[in-house]
Amino acid sequence: MPVKCSLGIDKSQAFPADLPIPGSGPELFYASRITHHASRITHHASRFTFHVSRITFHVSRFTFHVSRFTFHASERIIMEHTYGPVWVIGEQVNCQVVTVSLQLVGRARTLADELNTSVEVVLLGNHMTDEHVQPLFAAGADRIYMGNDPALELYQPELFTEMIVKLAGDRRPEIMLIGSTFMGRELAPLVAARLDTGLTAHCIDLVLDKDKILEQIIPAYGGLISIVCPEKRPQMATVSKGVFPKPDPDETRTGEIVMLDVPTGMTQRINTLEIIREEPEGVSLESAPIVVAGGAGAGDIEGWQKIEELAKILNAGLGSTRPAVDEGWIELETMIGQSGKMVSPELYIGVGLSGELQHMVGIVGAQVMVAVNNDSKAPVFEQVDYGIVDDCREFVPVLIEKIREHQEKQLTC
Amino acid sequence: MLNIVVCAKAVPDPKDACKIKIDPATKTLMRCEVPMVLNQMDKNAMEAAIRMKEQSDARISVISMGPPQAGNTVKECLALGADQGFLLSDPAFGGADAYATAYTLAKGIEKIGPFDVILCGMASSDGSTEWVGPQIATFLDIPVVTMVREIVECEKELWKVKASMGHGYRLMEVKLPAVFTVTRELNQPRTLSFSGIIKARKKEITEWGLNDLGESAESVGLKGSPTIVSDLRTQDSKREVEIIEGTREDKAEQLVQKLADAGVLA
Repeated sequence: MPVKCSLGIDKSQAFPADLPIPGSGPELFYASRITHHASRITHHASRFTFHVSRITFHVSRFTFHVSRFTFHASERIIMEHTYGPVWVIGEQVNCQVVTVSLQLVGRARTLADELNTSVEVVLLGNHMTDEHVQPLFAAGADRIYMGNDPALELYQPELFTEMIVKLAGDRRPEIMLIGSTFMGRELAPLVAARLDTGLTAHCIDLVLDKDKILEQIIPAYGGLISIVCPEKRPQMATVSKGVFPKPDPDETRTGEIVMLDVPTGMTQRINTLEIIREEPEGVSLESAPIVVAGGAGAGDIEGWQKIEELAKILNAGLGSTRPAVDEGWIELETMIGQSGKMVSPELYIGVGLSGELQHMVGIVGAQVMVAVNNDSKAPVFEQVDYGIVDDCREFVPVLIEKIREHQEKQLTC
Repeated sequence: MLNIVVCAKAVPDPKDACKIKIDPATKTLMRCEVPMVLNQMDKNAMEAAIRMKEQSDARISVISMGPPQAGNTVKECLALGADQGFLLSDPAFGGADAYATAYTLAKGIEKIGPFDVILCGMASSDGSTEWVGPQIATFLDIPVVTMVREIVECEKELWKVKASMGHGYRLMEVKLPAVFTVTRELNQPRTLSFSGIIKARKKEITEWGLNDLGESAESVGLKGSPTIVSDLRTQDSKREVEIIEGTREDKAEQLVQKLADAGVLA
């Protein structure tokens, strides 16, 4: 008796509750109960067979006690696996959906198409209208869960977490993507821990493997590593702005808006009183045609000031690596790379930095790249067009002088 | 009395971090070749704790999870001014992702006793996930503020802090007990003093393993980690480098010329 059974969700242990029973016939009912148990057993036997989209279980060695019946499962059960939605936790500033949310919806669309499922966005705020969320539909969203309430005007960690966790329990997303914004970086680990699932930080790519498991790519230790969350669901990842392109908007696309209620009577132990956004000073890193980035090789604050001067004379955005930030030479907001900013200048000049991938992945599609480092073996020299092997503290002042001469020549002729 | 817990992590010295390789068999990091140091932003957390203790009656407990060598990190915190040190060390804890790390630390913190303020660095220089602080808070069921750059008010049970937010900040009001993850902007950490090192000699480090925490091996370490490393690959560069040779002057001049020719020197 081959029994075909369709299951609406991934049956990982993240959601151990009884499954909704698809279909109505008794055969389906039992089959669904059996596959539920069978999958748990198979899941222990081998984690991979569990996740393929169409699998055949041979369960002849087991006897299942299903409700009041004992089912001798000596027959073959064919299980058709369907996936929960791909989620994006959206973010808005003054009701405008932020860029990274649209970029994530674009990638979520690709993933959802491969999984044959839908893209859903959770967007919390206040005073949002249909026009505000249309860009999400145009980017590929099928459904938007919208919370529109004065209580959601500012990001409130406990309330936002609670609403997302509750909805995730109902919708059971297969994948949940969150922008590496100040909000996302706090919210993501809170939601992940509450859902008892894994979370990968600041991914630079997201692809599905042959078993439809999300490979979450991060740079590490001179290479790229792929992180997977094989058993728990949803598979969660944060991604910085600029990792994925902004999708071409398809204004003909529409979708469904589902309004969310704000839970009442929740005691919040933490309260966001105000959010102050300041205008950044100087040249914007993300839009600057020239980016100068400095690293530990600057040696000290005097060395760093020379790099600053180089950036200034080139009217360049000044970026940094984590060691430079750790030294206290410059603020965290200037850090380029996996957990910082993504830049795409015409010219990139890396000064006194070794070329760690965590930094280098932050430079996307630069036309010309230059590195200055006193160690000829530094990995950075494998990733640029022009290399200067020299002590940056000595070389940078000379370079500044030459640039100045060049600029003066340009002016006179 | 204010009970402060500082979470400290021993990380590979960032200066030598590029020597670290991934073990191809276990797909975890081989850290042993590189000296371990106290994570930079944990120093800011430690400094914040010391300043709180200078202002009011407080006890600072420092806790770290790691191999036995991580005991040196705990010792460093004791020398900086922590009152008691705890090291969670057990082969079963190895290979933990952020989730399992936070879970284990939370169990350790519970075992230490009552706590009011838990301080963590915003991120570690090696893992860079930023998840451990917020997930400790979740496992202890207390609130968290990440990326704290200023403590505005800390007199009563309701604290006010400013958290970094790219350009700008958010002002948060939070009820203790709570977790705060701190950024470098919060303070300038002091350096070790000789007298501190002498005093630290008398302070004990308590070491706890799996059995001391009363946990099963399934809930910690690699087994307790929802995420695993599935694959490693190398990144091939698409660029071919031209090393510019000559005297310093020559090199600078050639570079400017090449960039001008390429039309990228605006």
